[in-house]
Amino acid sequence: MASLIGFYSLIFGLCVSFLIILFSIKNFRNSNIFDNKIISLTFLQFFLVIVSFLSLILSFVKSDFSNQTVFNHSHTTKPLFYKVSGTWGNHEGSLLLWLLVLTLFIFIFLLKSKEHNKQYRILTLLFQQIIIIGFFIFVIKTSNPFNYIFPVPNEGLGLNPILQDPALAIHPPILYLGYVGTSIIFSSTLAATSLNYISKEWAKHIKQWILISWIFLTLGILLGSIWAYYELGWGGFWFWDPVENISLMPWLALTSLLHCILVLEKRLALTSWVVVLSISTFTLSMCGTFLVRSGILNSVHTFANDPERGLFILIFLFCLIFLSLFIFFFFHKTKNKDSNSFFWFSKETSILINNWFMIYFLTVVLIGTTYPIFLEVISSKKISVGPPFYNKLIIPFLIPFLFAMAIGPKLSWIKSDLKNKSYLILFLIISLLLSAIIIKSFNINFLINTILVTSAFYLFFITLRDFFIKGFKNLAQNLTHFGFSLLILSILFNNIFSTEIITNLKIGETFETDKYKINFESIEQKEEQNFKAIIGKFNIKNFDGNIEIMKPELRIYNQPNIVTSEADIKTNLLVDKFMTMNLVQNQDYFNIRYQIKPFMLWIWFSVTLISFGGLISLFKKKYEA
Amino acid sequence: MYGRKVKLRFFFIILILLTLILSTFLILKSLEENVVYFQSPTEIKALYEIDKKKIRIGGMVKVNSISMAAKEIKFIITDFKNEINVTYSGVVPNLFTEGKGVVAEGYLKDKNFFLATKILAKHDENYMPPEVKAALEEK
Repeated sequence: MASLIGFYSLIFGLCVSFLIILFSIKNFRNSNIFDNKIISLTFLQFFLVIVSFLSLILSFVKSDFSNQTVFNHSHTTKPLFYKVSGTWGNHEGSLLLWLLVLTLFIFIFLLKSKEHNKQYRILTLLFQQIIIIGFFIFVIKTSNPFNYIFPVPNEGLGLNPILQDPALAIHPPILYLGYVGTSIIFSSTLAATSLNYISKEWAKHIKQWILISWIFLTLGILLGSIWAYYELGWGGFWFWDPVENISLMPWLALTSLLHCILVLEKRLALTSWVVVLSISTFTLSMCGTFLVRSGILNSVHTFANDPERGLFILIFLFCLIFLSLFIFFFFHKTKNKDSNSFFWFSKETSILINNWFMIYFLTVVLIGTTYPIFLEVISSKKISVGPPFYNKLIIPFLIPFLFAMAIGPKLSWIKSDLKNKSYLILFLIISLLLSAIIIKSFNINFLINTILVTSAFYLFFITLRDFFIKGFKNLAQNLTHFGFSLLILSILFNNIFSTEIITNLKIGETFETDKYKINFESIEQKEEQNFKAIIGKFNIKNFDGNIEIMKPELRIYNQPNIVTSEADIKTNLLVDKFMTMNLVQNQDYFNIRYQIKPFMLWIWFSVTLISFGGLISLFKKKYEA
Repeated sequence: MYGRKVKLRFFFIILILLTLILSTFLILKSLEENVVYFQSPTEIKALYEIDKKKIRIGGMVKVNSISMAAKEIKFIITDFKNEINVTYSGVVPNLFTEGKGVVAEGYLKDKNFFLATKILAKHDENYMPPEVKAALEEK
């Protein structure tokens, strides 16, 4: 029953799309007032998708296995929380979520843009409806979440256990809010370009949307990263895996857009660049969906998938790119030619420098991610591009990037000078000395590490100084930059100071190094609702006599029958102690990994800080430069 | 001769071109060095000489081939045509099981012996890396 309602809501939702287009075109030509019927219709569409989404959730909660999606991804013994989160933990449900967010955002957009030009609002709606229709057809045709199975099975196949996790339950919705938020930026930019509506006011208004997507995207990436850290049991937080990269690419594009929209808002310059960035941001988000769903990418995160879906998204994506390029080349007019030349030492230039670096990072990630695909098509050689590629190309460029990030905000618009900026040199010397002292006491490559740490410390101190001197003025920008310096510092120290021990142990055995003594005391078994747990007890003696008890876990899930390892993580302010164990079939040995990872908490904290800065900017009434 | 503005613009364009060339060069060079090729045991048997570079090997873990000791795990990767012995000391993923697909990254010692530095995890019991699938289909 619920499936039926859900499916027909989707069909009706698609029909409403055509109604909206019809009314919009009529309204666009005829009257001068925005027709409120359109808003009601947009709401109706949103409502229908909600109904459809809720009925899918209901099917999951009731474990209605006549629904194929539920059958494939749920099980009666699963806890209620994961039954609900299982709704979007699969392809069909997650696309329904895409659709939900698409319709929600355009509805909010129409409500929030009342003071804007009628034609602009309608055209934005029209562009958004094109995307919405594309996704409606995609969902209904290739990934209908409401397919029937007959005869009705008694039991479902269950949700992949590694997805049964609180962080991953909320990761997709948050990430999608970020991804789909870029669709509004895309539609609105196209509308503004075709109407020649790009102005300082428009920049101000679209900045809100950029901020919203940016905040959600940042948080979404953070959640995914935290999940990978404790669930995948590798003790890392970023693997340069294709699936991670494709969430990073829109983020990089969005971040540069966020910066250059400021120039547009202040000086009405860089309009073409803003348009290009808006288009590419959305395209990258769509590409992300395409690459994840088509299974083209060879990723450790890959789930089983279906090439037909990939083809549909690819065609759709090409249409959208073609449309946007067409609009960009034929409608886009640059105005205010004279304001396009910047003085070399000014805030505008520093924002441009930011953009250059961002685009460079984006290019590196893009090439690293897609090169294997192209090579396979051309030469049928199968390759993968590993972390060294990214590290080598990105890390050296972080140094000037961080310096520019510290100095840039200190410059004024139009023309800047070096008056009263002697503290910049002072802080440079302090950071240099501090990093040299820290790095010297460790046996690592001195030069590069010192310079890296110096640049991060530099940004750290400069932004820290601003908190004291400027207080709440410019808080948002300062907070994000501060957060970024903290992030880089934490990552650097985390990399430099991490240690790990990997060994195989039988129960009762002890492993000894010069610093640690690991004793595998015992195992116990436990029955849970939908899995059986094997909990190991390890006694770890530190070189300074401290004893730590670690209890990593192995979970054997009933349905699907999968073993996962749950890391035991002891977190404190400075250091994470991380332990996983694994059992290889028919062996007495347990595979053990023990890691000491400093500053993990600070990595999470700094990213939260970064997105919090965005939040402040969003709620601040007016922006002070 | 030329105005200040023209000179500035000229300088700017040169700068952009230089950056572009430099970054393209860097990226390409780095790609060349850091790419990891994927090979099946059969492809390795057909090699003329052993490459010193890091590669990936994919196939099935041969049934009853895993043996574990304190320091290392030994097993055999097979594509049902040829086999290769793998030695590995490190973390094994949860889905590493006899009779299932596996991808190992590391260095070849000779045509029969592979020293793995990493075994790649998968998320889905039914999922098979595209490379393994292709390698198995070729037989």
